Amino acid sequence: MTKSELIARLATRFPQLVAKDADFAVKMILDEMTAALSRGDRIEIRGFGSFALNYRPPRTGRNPKSGDKVQVPAKYVPHFKAGKELRERVDHSNG
Amino acid sequence: MTLTKAELADLLFEKVGLNKREAKDMVEAFFEEVRTALETGDSVKLSGFGNFQLRDKPQRPGRNPKTGEEIPITARRVVTFHASQKLKATVEDLKLHGDVQ
Repeated sequence: MTKSELIARLATRFPQLVAKDADFAVKMILDEMTAALSRGDRIEIRGFGSFALNYRPPRTGRNPKSGDKVQVPAKYVPHFKAGKELRERVDHSNG
Repeated sequence: MTLTKAELADLLFEKVGLNKREAKDMVEAFFEEVRTALETGDSVKLSGFGNFQLRDKPQRPGRNPKTGEEIPITARRVVTFHASQKLKATVEDLKLHGDVQ
C-alpha cells in the first residue's frame, strides 16, 4: 500500500469529506510525526506502536572502495516498535 | 513530550478544518488502514516517511532467563520499519544525549 492508496482508502471511509481533506490529513499526520521526531520527541500510538530515536555513538568507519579510514560522527536513528495489537494481527501463526 | 493520537486529532481539527469527531476518526482510520494492510501481508510505503515491511522469522532456540530451561521461540511474522532517507537526515543531527525512550 502506497501513500496515494492510503489516501484513497481514507477518502472512501469518509464520503462526507472532499477527497482533498483525506490527502491533506495524511500529509499533516506524517509531517507532524516527522516534526516530533526531529524535536527529539517520542510518538506513541496505542495499538499500533511507538517511534523513538536511538543514539549511535561516533565510530571509525572505512570507505569500502578505497579502504581509507573515515570518522563517522554520532547520530540518531529512528526506531519503531510494534504495539501489541499490531504484533498479534500480523502474526497469524499465534492465533 | 510524546506525540499521541490526541495531538494528531487536534492538528486535523485546527489545520484541516475537520470537526472534532471527524478528526479523531480520521487519525484512528489512518493507523487502522496501515494495520489492515500489514495484516493482509501487504507492505506499506509512505514516501518521505518510511516503509513498514513484513519479515517471516524461522523458529529458533530460546531460553527461559529465570529457570534456564530451553524452549523454542516459535516461527513468527514481524513488522519492521525502515525510515526514509529524508526522515533519517532530519533526525541525524539532533544534539541530545542518550536514547530518547
